[in-house]
Amino acid sequence: MPWTLDSDRPIYTQLVERLKTEIVSGIYPPGARLPSVRELATVASVNPNTMQKAFSELERTGLIITMRTSGRIVTEDTAMINETRQELAKEQVCQFLMQMHKLGFDKAEIIDLLSNQEGGMANE
Amino acid sequence: MSEASASSLVSIRGLSKKYGKHQALDNINLEIPRGKIIGLLGTNGSGKTTLIKLMNGLLVPSKGQILIKGNAPGVETKACVSYLPERSYLPDNIRVSHLLSYFTDFYEDFDENKALSMLSSLQIAPDSFLKSLSKGTKEKVQLIMVMSRRASLYILDEPIAGVDPAARDYILKTIIRDYNEEASILLSTHLISDIETILDDVIFLKDGHITLTSSVEDIRNRYGKSVDSYFREVFAC
Repeated sequence: MPWTLDSDRPIYTQLVERLKTEIVSGIYPPGARLPSVRELATVASVNPNTMQKAFSELERTGLIITMRTSGRIVTEDTAMINETRQELAKEQVCQFLMQMHKLGFDKAEIIDLLSNQEGGMANE
Repeated sequence: MSEASASSLVSIRGLSKKYGKHQALDNINLEIPRGKIIGLLGTNGSGKTTLIKLMNGLLVPSKGQILIKGNAPGVETKACVSYLPERSYLPDNIRVSHLLSYFTDFYEDFDENKALSMLSSLQIAPDSFLKSLSKGTKEKVQLIMVMSRRASLYILDEPIAGVDPAARDYILKTIIRDYNEEASILLSTHLISDIETILDDVIFLKDGHITLTSSVEDIRNRYGKSVDSYFREVFAC
């Protein structure tokens, strides 16, 4: 299946987010070899140049490393992966809070709602 | 994409085409670099097919010139440009396998094995007669032929309009997986949202003029919307 992409944001940004999520969630564990740009572009149904740009960005941050002989691997620096995980979580929380503010909830109400939420990990 | 460079695959200068009094293209300037997938977008009658036919030597410019790898459209360019016309030109009373040998004879860069593997992925039997195939399947066959050449430039006029969404996905994936990094693809389409994620750049054509050349990402960045929505806005009736 082609990756689901929002139509109102740059594709590149979304590829970076998706790859980060797949790394922190362990789909690509530390030290794992990543598919080639072309393979992943084909799976996602996106332009290979755009996928290349997303890879370059992750290389720049150090999350993935290009090996001379064996393609690209995920960093083995688990502290860095964890940091990325925290960042992604913060972004999710921010978005959630924004939505809740739109609905008119204040912080106390939100905390109350969260602590009373049963089976909150519906996707687990 | 607008700046001229020595590495351009296609260089178009001051290109105009008139049909009688009707100005189909008016002073088009365009550079197409290597390694890009470019969408040629415009409303009906904006000049897309005229531009494509001029690039393939099927029409003669009224003014200006087109150079593809340094040559005007002709024998040399036909050897390195793989062209999918908007209408089928294939004879009806032959088998798909005949078509394969026809393309093998005609084009040095035709890869028969690649064509056979694509035919089998789309479950098209090589011994079927073209006239026995549905319209959509015929379009698939023709696209397979065109994409099985190792060309420098693929020019596809409405390549996915007539095929079902599943085949469309397969065709797009084939394009992404197989196209040579030195080659470029120019494709015209109305189905922008289906293909926009695979495009590097888009060209908007309106009343015979290029009104915009931009990367897909620039449009999304600048306007916070997809190329499809942006197109609907720019060309709103």
